[in-house]
Amino acid sequence: MEEGFEGLSQSLSGLKRTFRSGKTRGVEWRKAQLRALLKFLAENEAQIFEALKQDLGKHPIGVVKKSADHALLHIQKWMAPKRANYHYFCFHQELKYCQNHWALYLYLDPGISPSHQHARLCLNAQSLFIWTSAVKVIEGGSDVAEQLLQQRWDKIFFTGSPRVGRIIMSAAAKHLTPVTLELGGKCPVILDSFSGSDFKVAVKRIAGGKWGPCAGQACIGIDYVLVQQNLAPVLVESLKSCIKKFYGENVKTLQSICRIVNKHHFDRIRNLLEEPGVAASIVYGGSMDQDNLMIEPTILLDPPLDAQIMTEEIFGPLLPIVTLDKIEESIDFINERPKPLAIYAFTKNKKLKDQILQETSSGSVTFNDAIIQFICDTLPFGGIGQSGFGRYHGKYSFDTFSHEKAVLHRTFFPEFEPRYPPWNDFKLDFIRLAYNLDYVGLLLLLLGLRRIFTPNRSR
Amino acid sequence: MAPGPVVDRTAQNVERVSQDLRSVYSSGKTKSVEWRVSQLKSLLRITTHYEKDILEALRSDLNKPELEAFSHEVYGVSSSCELALKELHRWMMPEKVKTSMINFPSTGEIVSEPLGVVLVISTWNYPFKLSLDPVIGAIAAGNAVVLKPSEVAPATSSLMSNLLGEYMDPSAVKVVEGGVPETTALLEQKWDKIFYTGNSKIGRIILTAAAKHLTPVVLELGGKCPVVVDSNIDLKVAARRIISGKWACNSGQTCVSPDYIVTTKEYALKLVDALSCELENFYGKDPLLSNDLSSIINSRHFDRLTKLLDDEKVSGKVVIGGQRDRDKLKIAPTVLLDVSQDSLVMNEEIFGPLLPIVTVAKIEESIGLINTKEKPLAAYMFTNDKKLKEEFIRSVSAGGMCINEIALHLAEHTLPFGGVGESGMGAYHGKFSFDAFSHKKPVLQRGFNGDVAARYPPYTPWKLKFLKAMLSGNILSILRALIGW
Repeated sequence: MEEGFEGLSQSLSGLKRTFRSGKTRGVEWRKAQLRALLKFLAENEAQIFEALKQDLGKHPIGVVKKSADHALLHIQKWMAPKRANYHYFCFHQELKYCQNHWALYLYLDPGISPSHQHARLCLNAQSLFIWTSAVKVIEGGSDVAEQLLQQRWDKIFFTGSPRVGRIIMSAAAKHLTPVTLELGGKCPVILDSFSGSDFKVAVKRIAGGKWGPCAGQACIGIDYVLVQQNLAPVLVESLKSCIKKFYGENVKTLQSICRIVNKHHFDRIRNLLEEPGVAASIVYGGSMDQDNLMIEPTILLDPPLDAQIMTEEIFGPLLPIVTLDKIEESIDFINERPKPLAIYAFTKNKKLKDQILQETSSGSVTFNDAIIQFICDTLPFGGIGQSGFGRYHGKYSFDTFSHEKAVLHRTFFPEFEPRYPPWNDFKLDFIRLAYNLDYVGLLLLLLGLRRIFTPNRSR
Repeated sequence: MAPGPVVDRTAQNVERVSQDLRSVYSSGKTKSVEWRVSQLKSLLRITTHYEKDILEALRSDLNKPELEAFSHEVYGVSSSCELALKELHRWMMPEKVKTSMINFPSTGEIVSEPLGVVLVISTWNYPFKLSLDPVIGAIAAGNAVVLKPSEVAPATSSLMSNLLGEYMDPSAVKVVEGGVPETTALLEQKWDKIFYTGNSKIGRIILTAAAKHLTPVVLELGGKCPVVVDSNIDLKVAARRIISGKWACNSGQTCVSPDYIVTTKEYALKLVDALSCELENFYGKDPLLSNDLSSIINSRHFDRLTKLLDDEKVSGKVVIGGQRDRDKLKIAPTVLLDVSQDSLVMNEEIFGPLLPIVTVAKIEESIGLINTKEKPLAAYMFTNDKKLKEEFIRSVSAGGMCINEIALHLAEHTLPFGGVGESGMGAYHGKFSFDAFSHKKPVLQRGFNGDVAARYPPYTPWKLKFLKAMLSGNILSILRALIGW
């Protein structure tokens, strides 16, 4: 571990000094850091994949590279001040707002004990940044996080659970530090009925959206499915055959799927299945390999709604299917629960789509697919209610770490006399007329004729 | 404070208010365009038909002159209403976005939806405007709203409670009057957003309470807003604008009023002369007799301000004013010259009619001096030097800035108004108000055609290559991956 408690205050002072020197503001510095990040990703790809495999049994993908490329391409445009239109009657004005970015931000990842590979990678990453005095990686668990939270930051960006989100926000309150909280929730799928090959695609996307992202350990991963009762049997059968094809049938020999991150979470997920009525609702799967921290993709049909598996975010490879008499009931079902980070609705029914959009609230809505909104840089990514607040991705990331500062430029000429005391009825009249852009009234006032022409002003 | 049972009733009342609003919001009533337009029109009607009562209430609470009360408060609210009515349809329209190749075929848009039930806690210095401006944003965005006006401005609080109760939809727009017990009870409830205007001490209490429910907040706080005065400027105009932004704005009791001036030692006396001359033009030889100067809000703040003046570290530094009248709660426009950095007046937000001038050897040093303090809500500079101006904008972090003007950026609805650091978080005015009370929900629509097999397990090296190529967006890479090169 690079830092330790003792080094933390020194690191922080160092970061502040670097920021105040102005070095991080220039576009060249920013581009250099982004290029360094891309270089790090390219040169260490194999090690990154190995570390992710060790930590989670994860398969590689290139989303971070895509975000860095996008930022590199657009950063100059994002940094440029924006001109605002004005219509106020003061002349010779220019209005701009410009990005004045945060000095220091703290990015906290949920504490998972790093493998040796992971630690080495962090150090490699840090050494590749040109200004290591401005970008630091601090490893550790909740004790280190607590120390970090006692410091004063200009922004805190947290990804994790609502419980820890509350702790972060309370700590941030002491210093009036703004936060972005990317939390989780139970992301539901609403599966409407439609036929043939489209249904098969929908099931593939649901399976991919459940077990694809880190075996269900993803904030935007599918948590549970809502489906009309008559469709449940065919859904279960289709999911079973998808699972066998994608991942295999034996928990000891599963392919292309992550393991559970650690024993604590493995036990947590296992306990979900041990509540009364829950185990009985398993229709596929349920096997576990404790030594390898593997849980096979598991489907449950109508588990008890008051069981933990249905009241807490599962964050694992268990997929409850909840049946309804009519699919429209899914809207009330979702609204009775905390707002999720995402709602996934598979439907071709425009009326249902409109209802979902207008009557539910969630971080985002995706129709006829799952997870994929995460890689669209033009869409903001963030939660609402219990699933968090603030957003990022693409330019929204830039904005999240910026202060949009309004700047009004004026010249010394012309002057507007009525704004200055001593005030009298004339000046008050003038201001009223000027604010309403009543040029005729102004003219009459200036000619001293207004009182002749003005109607009796009573309530 | 009243004994136990009254506090309990407050908590129960507030809980009922919150629950009632939530069930009205769930019915979908506040989301319709018709509802929002009707409420905005009602607010506009209140502002235009009851202007006289509003001006009287402001005179009663703050001894606010009619011109100030009209142009800052009444006009401020009516123009916000009119803007919202004019632009609402455009603000509500979803924003279409381009989607990337990896999601092809798909369409994307960002839909604005209301947050739900929101709480607006207002303050006493612009009690009408700072209560209703955020409420306009909340209503325009389709929320149900509770307004807690400041008890320190009771006439305006009571007037707003009566008028909103009579003209607005009482099932979705409520006013809860009161002080600390009522505010505490309100903060126990869960809101979908809290909008607070006030000081940073209470701001921290609000943020801590909000953290329990993960409620996002906007905090419009204050700070020590500096004015840098360069030489080679039109000093008369600069002096008039400083006076206008300071003493003609509620006697300096304004979050964006100049708090202190920084200028060079050489220029300071000229500035003092110009201020002295224009102050006399505006307020006469005895400003305590002027009807155009607001009073201090109450004796507690009066005593706080006189304590700053009586601090021994500033004795002998008063160059203009210093007169006070405790019965009328008035303090004359007062300028202090060359105050030391460790005096009381330089270490807290003044929020009153005292204006210290700090001198530096070279004007460029003003930037370093400002940056030793907390980030203010606003920062100002009077200069004709382009390089100095650019350095100021680049190096000083503040909520907002004006060059050669004071406070007028608040009047522009196209500029976001809000703080940074100790001066707050979030912004509003114009469309920014609508956005502050909205959730911008991304919606991605996909079809079933064009399903890419490479995204599904079992994963193979070819699929990885193909997906990497797709993510890069590089057509050549995609083609090469497709043909297995």
